Amino acid sequence: MLARQSPLNSADRELDRFRFRVALAGIVVVVALALLIARLVHLQVVQHDYYTTRAEDNRISLVPIVPNRGVIVDRHGTVLARNYSAFTLEITPSKVDDLDATIEGLGKLIEVLPKDRKRFRKLLEESKTFESLPIRTRLTEEEVARFAANRYLFPGVEVKARLFRQYPLGPIASHAIGYINRINKRDLELIEESEKGANYKGTDHIGKTGIEQKYEFQLHGETGYEQVEIDAGGRAVRNLSRTAPVQGNNLTLTLDARLQEMAEKAFGDRRGALVAIEPSTGGILALVSTPTFDPNLFVDGIRTDDWDLLNNSPDKPLLNRALNGAYPPGSTFKPFMALAALETGKRTPGQAISDPGFFNFGGHQFRDDKKGGHGIVDMHKSIVHSCDTYYYILANDMGIESIARFMGQLGLGQRTGVDIEGESEGVLPSPEWKKRRFRRPEQQKWFAGETISIGIGQGYNSYTPIQLAQATATVANNGVMYRPHLVKYITDSRTGERTMVEPEPLRVLPWKRQNVEVIKRAMVGVNTHGTGARAFAGAAYTSGGKTGTAQVFSLKGAEYKASRVKKELRDHALFIAFAPADEPKIALAVLVENGGFGAQSAAPIARMVFDYYLLGKLPKGAAVEDDVEED
Amino acid sequence: MLQQFLHGVWRRLVERVDGPLLMFASLIMAAGLATVYSATYDTNDRLLAQTLNMAVGLCVMWTVAQLPPQKLMRFAVPLYVLGVLLLILVFFFGIKVNGARRWLSLGFTRIQPSELLKIAVPLTLAWYFHKHEAGLKVRHYVVACLLLLVPFALIAKQPDLGTAILVGAAGFYVLFFAGLPWKVIVGLFAAAAGAAPFVWTMLHDYQRKRILTLIDPTSDPLGAGYHIIQATIAIGSGGTFGKGWLAGTQTHLEFIPERHTDFIFAVFAEERGLIGNAILLLLYLLLIVRGLMIATNASTLFARLMAGSITLSLFTYVFVNIGMVSGILPVVGVPLPFMSYGGTALVTLSVGIGILMSIQTHRMLIVK
Repeated sequence: MLARQSPLNSADRELDRFRFRVALAGIVVVVALALLIARLVHLQVVQHDYYTTRAEDNRISLVPIVPNRGVIVDRHGTVLARNYSAFTLEITPSKVDDLDATIEGLGKLIEVLPKDRKRFRKLLEESKTFESLPIRTRLTEEEVARFAANRYLFPGVEVKARLFRQYPLGPIASHAIGYINRINKRDLELIEESEKGANYKGTDHIGKTGIEQKYEFQLHGETGYEQVEIDAGGRAVRNLSRTAPVQGNNLTLTLDARLQEMAEKAFGDRRGALVAIEPSTGGILALVSTPTFDPNLFVDGIRTDDWDLLNNSPDKPLLNRALNGAYPPGSTFKPFMALAALETGKRTPGQAISDPGFFNFGGHQFRDDKKGGHGIVDMHKSIVHSCDTYYYILANDMGIESIARFMGQLGLGQRTGVDIEGESEGVLPSPEWKKRRFRRPEQQKWFAGETISIGIGQGYNSYTPIQLAQATATVANNGVMYRPHLVKYITDSRTGERTMVEPEPLRVLPWKRQNVEVIKRAMVGVNTHGTGARAFAGAAYTSGGKTGTAQVFSLKGAEYKASRVKKELRDHALFIAFAPADEPKIALAVLVENGGFGAQSAAPIARMVFDYYLLGKLPKGAAVEDDVEED
Repeated sequence: MLQQFLHGVWRRLVERVDGPLLMFASLIMAAGLATVYSATYDTNDRLLAQTLNMAVGLCVMWTVAQLPPQKLMRFAVPLYVLGVLLLILVFFFGIKVNGARRWLSLGFTRIQPSELLKIAVPLTLAWYFHKHEAGLKVRHYVVACLLLLVPFALIAKQPDLGTAILVGAAGFYVLFFAGLPWKVIVGLFAAAAGAAPFVWTMLHDYQRKRILTLIDPTSDPLGAGYHIIQATIAIGSGGTFGKGWLAGTQTHLEFIPERHTDFIFAVFAEERGLIGNAILLLLYLLLIVRGLMIATNASTLFARLMAGSITLSLFTYVFVNIGMVSGILPVVGVPLPFMSYGGTALVTLSVGIGILMSIQTHRMLIVK
């Protein structure tokens, strides 16, 4: 039906159309505002938690407060590792506009060496947002004063008191205590693996070797936090809360610092190692590896020249010889061989051989040190005078399997489990070992002739000084074997509670008492009228020992003359001992690299250690400076 | 006698004022004042300045409301011509700020002529359609379109996308209510969509960036996306009930940019929460509904078109502003009506509300 085209009608239709469009607009408005509301509901209700977290993250910065590292003391309370406060000059990069200009300006005021800059750059790359980073450490008082006077010139730079690690005894016992150094990538991975990441925010040092490394998580403590409100510019507006850090736990070692110092001095400038153990607990009284190094060099990031000196020295001061040096035990192996013979029933103490001075086997002559031999030799004499022929024959009679089984039980050729990382295994020779060690089938075969020299501690035999010390302590302790350890107890910094490192026997070897007594008596004989007699002449206690000499260089049958051999190729001198003989309080193994005969250079060191430990006597002419403190 | 005089003054004062419009606008202004205070008190307090702006705005609103629509119509052409002339002057002699030429220096002060067009364009178009009401032909729509396009192009060229959108929208609403055929409307949108790729190439880098960051704000979290990210964090963390007045962390730790001007909604949303937002949007809705009612009841075509355009422009302000602050529209410089700090926008909006009041309170006279 067509509408009439009157003006009125047209105006009405115009109005209708207008009203329709207004209504439409109204609907669009409502829909659009509903859309906004939906968006707001999404943001403010659905995603509220997410955005709250984002806002908090914006607002709150957690500033870690690094805890004080635990202190390490020896068994008498002498401080071996502590912290001291020193002033550092620190820059907060987020507060500085022109970093280069700032460092340049600081350099005019306070000495900033290129290595300081280099270190700062490195720290900057690894740093977190609002951290302040040291550009200089250990400011002198004068430098602090000079900076304070010009402080207004350097916004974002401040002097802070930070704690540094210090080893008051310097190089003494450095191989046992170890050192801390800046955290590197590998350390970070380790921290992440142990899920300690949160606790190490803000920490920039970590134990790298020794006790510092092994007990890192005990020593570190719990990081505290300060919640700081920051604004969009990253400026701290106010502190919200503070969780105090918990200081690391203190460690008390079994080590005797004075004994350690005395023992280290006894080595003079000779390379070597000494491990002294308390047989009844396994506690290590002294752990010497010479030459030593000053761990204080590492604390602050070691300087390149210092590092080169330590790292490139032919004497390898960074090598912990007590744990990582593996040496043939030489004749110090004989008491263990003898005990093995008794225990396996291969020998009785009285059974004697006639020693012509050599032992022929498979067309090869194994010679004794003493030309013409020792004559009639029973077990006692074989140890006291270190008769090789007795042990050539014994080794042949026992066979390699039997020897390896016994020595394995004694802990030789295995890690002792001492509480320092990176201990070496050494080599306990056996047919299985040979199969593992060599690839070619003709090399893998064990020859009976190889067993012969095993009997006198040569051949493939290779043990660490700590293994020899442990074995000696086990014999001294009648077969009750302990894991050697350095930490006596851990003191909880919060409760003061002491957690003893319980000396639990590792294993109890089922030796017959009279068999052990035979060996011990023979070892006492060594020190009274045998190869160790000269070193122990006039001792106020009875002690047992055994000398040893380990070949570094095969002479291929030629007679060994120390003076004719270059120093590096001279034999290593060894000595194992325990004292007092009836109730041993100390057992040790001494090794002097290229020291020649054990009786000559190793035994006197053992004597000095015993004299000091048992009698408090200092060696003549080698007075220990009395600078160690006691609590 | 005195009572009679006072009564006369009161009558004179309120006779051209529309109660609902005044109430809704005042409530929003009150909320705006509180929010401006919160956004600025700890850095650069703008409470007094904004109070003055609002006082001026209310005076302007009242004054404009006194003018009958026929008188308003007379301002149309002169204002339009003046506005376009000023825009041309800006084009040649404008002061360049941040790469955009929007301001004209008058020696003692500087003005932004584009603001004038927000009123002048709908006024002129409404006047134009009103004049040709009797026999609207296609060419009238074409002329109207041209009248709209000239200032729109000049403003977009400055560039000032926000104002261009508002001016363009105001003009388009007039065309829409004047009966622009649906075919043309659909055609226009289709053409706009088709032209989008070309427009994209014509856009300024920063404009393109704003659109890109809208799609993915995290692509440039410290640059262009920063505004959107921080604003959405502020809104989202406000939750249902808000963090409380003066207690917004995003606001007071200065994470929200432009927090007393274009991004003031983020401040409001953070401190007042969803409930506050709902109330605020309801107030805007009431204001708009009242405006549309006035348009429906208006007695002349000019009044209808003007009222409709002003009302939908107001809606456009609100939608574009909140849309951009909450991250569903690109960032363009559009203030939130009666909330954002700033005298110019407030005066323009007050003129708009004043015109609505005038239309509402003068309609009987015209019908008669």
